Amino acid sequence: MTPRKDLLDIASLSNEEIEFVLANAAPFKDLFRRSVKKVPPLRGRTVLTLFYEPSTRTRSSFEVAASRLSADVTHFDVEFSSVVKGESILDTVETLEAMQLDYIVVRHKQAGIPNLIARNTAASVINAGDGWHAHPTQALLDAFTAREVLEDLRGRRALIVGDIQHSRVARSTSLIFRRLGMEVAYLAPGSLMPRQIPDEITTFGNWQDAFDWKPDIVYLLRVQSERLDEPFFPSATEYHNNFGLTDARLKVLNDRKLWLMHPGPVNRGVEITDAGMNYERSLINQQVENGIAVRMSVLYWLRPGAAPVA
Amino acid sequence: MPTLTHRRLHLDQTKMAECIQRLAAEIAKAHPNATNLALVGIHKRGVPLAYRIAHRLRTDHDLTCVVGTIDITQYRDDLGSFTILPRLEGSDIPFDIDDAPVVLCDEVLFTGRSVRAAIDALMDFGRPRCVELATLIDRDGREFPIQPTYCGDRITLPADQRVAVRFVEIEDDNEDAVYIESAPLSQA
Repeated sequence: MTPRKDLLDIASLSNEEIEFVLANAAPFKDLFRRSVKKVPPLRGRTVLTLFYEPSTRTRSSFEVAASRLSADVTHFDVEFSSVVKGESILDTVETLEAMQLDYIVVRHKQAGIPNLIARNTAASVINAGDGWHAHPTQALLDAFTAREVLEDLRGRRALIVGDIQHSRVARSTSLIFRRLGMEVAYLAPGSLMPRQIPDEITTFGNWQDAFDWKPDIVYLLRVQSERLDEPFFPSATEYHNNFGLTDARLKVLNDRKLWLMHPGPVNRGVEITDAGMNYERSLINQQVENGIAVRMSVLYWLRPGAAPVA
Repeated sequence: MPTLTHRRLHLDQTKMAECIQRLAAEIAKAHPNATNLALVGIHKRGVPLAYRIAHRLRTDHDLTCVVGTIDITQYRDDLGSFTILPRLEGSDIPFDIDDAPVVLCDEVLFTGRSVRAAIDALMDFGRPRCVELATLIDRDGREFPIQPTYCGDRITLPADQRVAVRFVEIEDDNEDAVYIESAPLSQA
């Protein structure tokens, strides 16, 4: 596979590139069972995490992945940087460029910022989530995790539940699932369902109809606490009763042996319960572990200075 | 694929089997009472070589050993210059190599760079009692101070020629044979 410079979204990846990243994630995951969990391909390289939005798990996941590839890892602390003093993104990039970094992992609340940075640096840029747009490494780790339990995803069904409208995870993950042959459906309150949805995605407004569709995977999205203050739904309790994975709905998952996924972090009592967290076929912890392996695979594949995809 | 200007058979199936038999005999002689002997094949054609040697050790010398495989891609000193990145095979060493005599197996020893990478990769699995090297073909052109402990056949070739080993176990190889090819030097 030809190395490429940046990973900005799933849409620009070819099927071969998706398969390459997923295939290499497996040997990286094997490393985690060894006493030495480290390999040398990024020795002497520097990976910077540039997070304009708070995140603990995605950032740590990238940092662990980069460390296990022997890279030097630095975090650009936006809160304490000149950004709060009004430095523009491109000024920051110019500063970073002078530091001769090799990889920049970016998260920003505004869609398209990673693309903007990628166009202005020789470093490889990885989008770690931009606004409602994309979160490609989350999608890749979800696909890798789904394949671990279902093997061939063709003809299988994933039901994505929650705040679809404001979710880059829903966008990227539903896209990769469909690219790998899955059927995808959304279950959401009308206020959180996007107005424009690709024709091949089925939509539901209640769990009963969604269960009748016979999904193999139920993928819960986090209800972002900031949304709770907005008039998308009356209260956390009402959301839980209508769209959360209540213990009664969990029983349906259990009876039908359905797999449960969630990108984390979870809101207990809103989209999921304590019992849901302990569900036998929950893949939530597996997603976290696989996230490191998949991000290692992405870092292995990207090459700073390679020709950007047109 | 580059156009091959010339390709000649160096060892046929029978001669290749004799080389492997000889390698096994030398290893058996050096480790007569070994209880924890380990063979580790370097991807990709060192892997069938390791399994073939293990088979001969068992049938000809009543010597059992464990076999592992090692993928050296991430340890290569030229990884950053690859225009095509290889898909990773992963290493599989499902046994403890601490204090074990380990024989690395590779089909051709040329520059010695692969073996250097393989030793580094192996050391991340533990601390073997000793590391030896078995190679089917030892050709000249060393760039590192590395020599085989056991060697099936030794040849001297002009720099623009390469040794191509084929194992039936490898997809598309379809035969057991050793060829000498005149072709542009590949990354392998």
